[in-house]
Amino acid sequence: MTNSIGEISECDYLFVIGSNTTETHPIISLQMRKAVSRGAKLVVVDPRKTEIAELADVHVPLRPGANIPLLNTMCNVIIAEGLYDKEFVANRTEGFEELKLAVENFTPENYTGIIGVPAETIREIARGYAKAGSAAIFYTMGITQHTSGTNNVLAVANLAMLTGQIGKPSSGVNPLRGQNNVQGACDMGALPNVFPGYQGVAVPENVEKFTKAWGVPQSAKAGLTVGEMMDAAHHGDMKAMYILGENPMLSDPDITHVQQALENLEFLVVQDIFLTETAMLADVVLPGASFAEKDGTFSNTERRVQRVRKAIEPLAGKADWEVISEVLTALGYPHEYGSASEIFDEAARVTPQYAGISYARLEEKGLQWPCPNTEHPGTIYLHDGKFSRGLGKFTGVDFEPPAELPDEEYPFVLNTGRRLYHYHTGTMTRRTKGLNTIYSEESIEINPADACKLGISDGELVKVSSRRGSISVKAQVTDMIQQGMVFTSFHFAEAPVNFLTNSARDSICKIPELKVAAVKVEKVS
Amino acid sequence: MANVTLTINGQKVTVPSGIMVLEAAEMCGYSVPTFCHEKDLTAPGACRICVVEIKGWRNLPPSCVTAVAKGMEVETESPKVIEARKTILELMVANHPLDCMTCEKSGSCKLQDYAYRYQVTSPTPYEGEKKQFAVDDSNPYIYRDPNKCILCGKCVAICKAVADRNVIDYAFRGFNTKIATFMDTELKDSACVYCNRCVSICPVGALSDRNMMGKGRTWDFTREEVTCTFCDSGCKFDVNYKNGKVVGVTAKNPSAGRPLCLKGRLGTEFMKNADRTDLPLINKDGEFVEVSWEEALGIAPIVEKINALKK
Amino acid sequence: MADNVTLTINGRKVTVQAGITVLEAAQQNGIDIPTFCHDPELSKPGACRICVVEIKGWRNLPPSCVTAVTEGMEVETESEAVVEARRTILDLLLANHPQDCMTCQKFGDCRLADYAYRYGLRKTTFIGEQTNVPVDESSAVITRDVNKCILCGKCVRVCAEIVGRNVVDFVSRGFTTIVSPALEMGLGEKEAGCVNCGSCVAVCPVGALTEKNMQGIARPWEVEKVKTTCPYCGCGCNFDLNVKDGKVVGVTSNPTSAVNGRHLCVKGRFGYDFIHSSDRLTLPLIKKGGKDGDFVEVSWDEAIRYVASRLKEIKEENGSEAMGILSSARCTNEENYLMNKLARVALGTNNIDHCARL
Repeated sequence: MTNSIGEISECDYLFVIGSNTTETHPIISLQMRKAVSRGAKLVVVDPRKTEIAELADVHVPLRPGANIPLLNTMCNVIIAEGLYDKEFVANRTEGFEELKLAVENFTPENYTGIIGVPAETIREIARGYAKAGSAAIFYTMGITQHTSGTNNVLAVANLAMLTGQIGKPSSGVNPLRGQNNVQGACDMGALPNVFPGYQGVAVPENVEKFTKAWGVPQSAKAGLTVGEMMDAAHHGDMKAMYILGENPMLSDPDITHVQQALENLEFLVVQDIFLTETAMLADVVLPGASFAEKDGTFSNTERRVQRVRKAIEPLAGKADWEVISEVLTALGYPHEYGSASEIFDEAARVTPQYAGISYARLEEKGLQWPCPNTEHPGTIYLHDGKFSRGLGKFTGVDFEPPAELPDEEYPFVLNTGRRLYHYHTGTMTRRTKGLNTIYSEESIEINPADACKLGISDGELVKVSSRRGSISVKAQVTDMIQQGMVFTSFHFAEAPVNFLTNSARDSICKIPELKVAAVKVEKVS
Repeated sequence: MANVTLTINGQKVTVPSGIMVLEAAEMCGYSVPTFCHEKDLTAPGACRICVVEIKGWRNLPPSCVTAVAKGMEVETESPKVIEARKTILELMVANHPLDCMTCEKSGSCKLQDYAYRYQVTSPTPYEGEKKQFAVDDSNPYIYRDPNKCILCGKCVAICKAVADRNVIDYAFRGFNTKIATFMDTELKDSACVYCNRCVSICPVGALSDRNMMGKGRTWDFTREEVTCTFCDSGCKFDVNYKNGKVVGVTAKNPSAGRPLCLKGRLGTEFMKNADRTDLPLINKDGEFVEVSWEEALGIAPIVEKINALKK
Repeated sequence: MADNVTLTINGRKVTVQAGITVLEAAQQNGIDIPTFCHDPELSKPGACRICVVEIKGWRNLPPSCVTAVTEGMEVETESEAVVEARRTILDLLLANHPQDCMTCQKFGDCRLADYAYRYGLRKTTFIGEQTNVPVDESSAVITRDVNKCILCGKCVRVCAEIVGRNVVDFVSRGFTTIVSPALEMGLGEKEAGCVNCGSCVAVCPVGALTEKNMQGIARPWEVEKVKTTCPYCGCGCNFDLNVKDGKVVGVTSNPTSAVNGRHLCVKGRFGYDFIHSSDRLTLPLIKKGGKDGDFVEVSWDEAIRYVASRLKEIKEENGSEAMGILSSARCTNEENYLMNKLARVALGTNNIDHCARL
């Protein structure tokens, strides 16, 4: 997030696109409600009529994958009506002409069908966003899990920069991170193309810096992403993998492919708190420690680094950081740490954004990075006065439909996401009595008109198939979902929807298109 | 002494022969509830809350007075045991004032702890007459509420443990049984010397330290154990702190042969008095003002000179 | 309006910001006034009257939570009249309250019990009818016992004003008034619309709303509280893990939390059972007898030695590019940093990624 959670309630205009906020980020949705009760305008863009959509002044039920048509038409309107922030565009950005050209044909009339609201409504949204005192965009995987994921994000950035709605309190671009420490894992360099602190591996100075810091020569060649590793394992190029606290056998698209890939490895180590579907395929399983059993830090979606404190002894006797350092030592690279805070201090020395952070400073409220030195109070919102790269760059993007569209054989668009009561592959929530009592069984949402056509009634078991596999799951007939579309979550091993999803990836950031796959729905009996 | 091997809750354990099942269970980490049992006092085996199930035995024996034997198979929380304990607790709760909100013992009350553990709550199946004894608030040291007494008898036993004391014992019969002084007088008219041994051992709110009443809940206090310095017996007291301030000194369980006395407790309290000042006072224009030791002793100029020389 | 006003509280002259309430002025000066219905985050109904104070020259005892400070005010927070009023209020509340503190999950953190103790109100003097409504156990995570409710309305307001769901409100009149979901449904019924966030439990001053999971397991004074960060979504809420005898027995709000204050979602507040699940792995496993073999429990030493030797062998045979690491968005920064070193230092590859894209 470029803004902070605390700033949300002060927003005048909230543009929520591809985020089921009340279910996936309940506490952030409280701040959005607060803003709305203060009189802020709320626009929600989502193919489903989610709870946050019900709360909105305007709900835009676009077709899955139609993000760029909406974002570009908004830019088109804003430029055509001269509503853009001329001063901001002139002083803080470059490439305006490129954008202007790229959105020229994106008139609301041309795309109103795919966007799902009348052209005039699109104009009103665009005007409202541009004119608002402070406007913030919130998005999650509805924007990113597409083959056009990177372009979608660029289109979001174009909109914010065009109107100068960024780099100010309560104005900015706010991806809501889905997992407790996905921000921190990225910050700490658990990515193939960057060292800790987003220092690119392709930059010679960075390679030199880390070679020196770690005492081992570093490679300038970017590594493989998750999906590419699976492909490499499939081909037999990848021989050994070490997986910590992840369950790709439920979470990744096209599970059949994942299974073949992992089975093809010569050696697989899985470190987890449970014997997950992925751990079952391992040669060695190392028991992990839950968050209650270890010291450390998580970095949340607003870049706030906060303490995780050990409340009980690790059930298996070791915290994960102890296990990893023992493996490192056994591999001939001695790593002995007396505490998690020693590791943090080492990481902070090589990660500029964390340079001023130490456990002592995190005690009560944590700190928001960038925090370059020990006197720095942390950063509430980003891009104040200057972007990271200097000038903000407009990048014209065109509309590319999703990789797999419905056809006669597979007439439905399958969309996937999360539920309030469960989390990711359910390893934790499915083992929690209260949650599993309240939401004990998964179902697939289908529009009443479609259900009627197929003769499916609410609660009936149906077979859902794609080109990659099929699953059985109960139907939930609801007008929350539009015609021609079905939706379910990936929490339940009993209804492993990722057997159906498409592993087609965005060409730049390699994110799989989990939000759109073509499927058919059949009555079982 | 030889060892014996027995099974407790399915776990094989080897313990010294001659000890009681209760001790053996505690050694294995099982918590068996007790009211009348107290280490260092004679075990009466009276309250029955510590009953356990032993394979082949006809009844549920009280574990505090049942010696371990080879091959014994003990269950400390079987359904039968739980049922028996619940019934005992229900009978106690039925005849209890249930004024936990204001009871000084709340938070360290065994009746409350076990009622919570076995979820025994009012109204019980045994609602009936309740005790209506007068409370004894006759003295500044011990507050007696016989309505809360569960007749475990530990106060009687611990009082007897001091030669010549024997201030209290059981009096009356059946439902009217209570712990009383000779002739059932108030404590102030008895031979009691307010050593508070009985208060320190009472499992419920029947005996409270009068001095601590209204000063806070047990969970608000942090305690520091101190050894009394008045005589050579070496008794132990607890200094109770609330929000970092001393609120009172209470008696701690005395071990055998140690007296605990009023003098020691009050003396310790005096020493720990929160109103004591750390600095001398000088009367300046009719008002006491806190001053430094240097000023009070009139050595300020000398100290200053020494400090100057040190530099 | 002047920026500051000076008033006298309990004989002490204090200067505070104009416009604040007498209650706030007292709190700022370390004077504790009891409250039931007041909550700094919610609207102020001034309903329960337990916070009344005496102000010189005023006809009645005004509730301090809704009385603004004025210049020269002379306030007494524990005068005889104030204490008498508070005792009467408590007396009336106790007259219609179950006597089951022994098993009440709130006891030890209950304002009614705290104030009864503070004002020495051992027994009620008003004997009469008592509310007798079956305890609502329909929710999987919250126990709702309206017999213990003192009608402060904080649950109603937190649900309406913060959570925005309006699940509960006052129903019926007079003595029969209770706080309930619409049509007196159970909290756990789907149509009641409750999302089980438990914010109402966090604000309830008595035992009317409690965590079902903790019932019979641990009382407030028996637990050690350890503030930590939630392991679920990216919001980064903080809360207190409640620990008893080396086990996590519950989660309670910690008001000092930067992101969420006292508010949590159902996963954060009630999603901790997995920690002590019987499915947890406690010893390393090695698959013996090939890919289709069975897992055998081994010691940590053996497992780590085996992992290291196999990784070394494969790396030497196939080169660094044949090695891959998946780190975890669920693990700590420190662990991710070390995984990064495992890949880049020990295995010599940049093949490291995690599930950021899922």
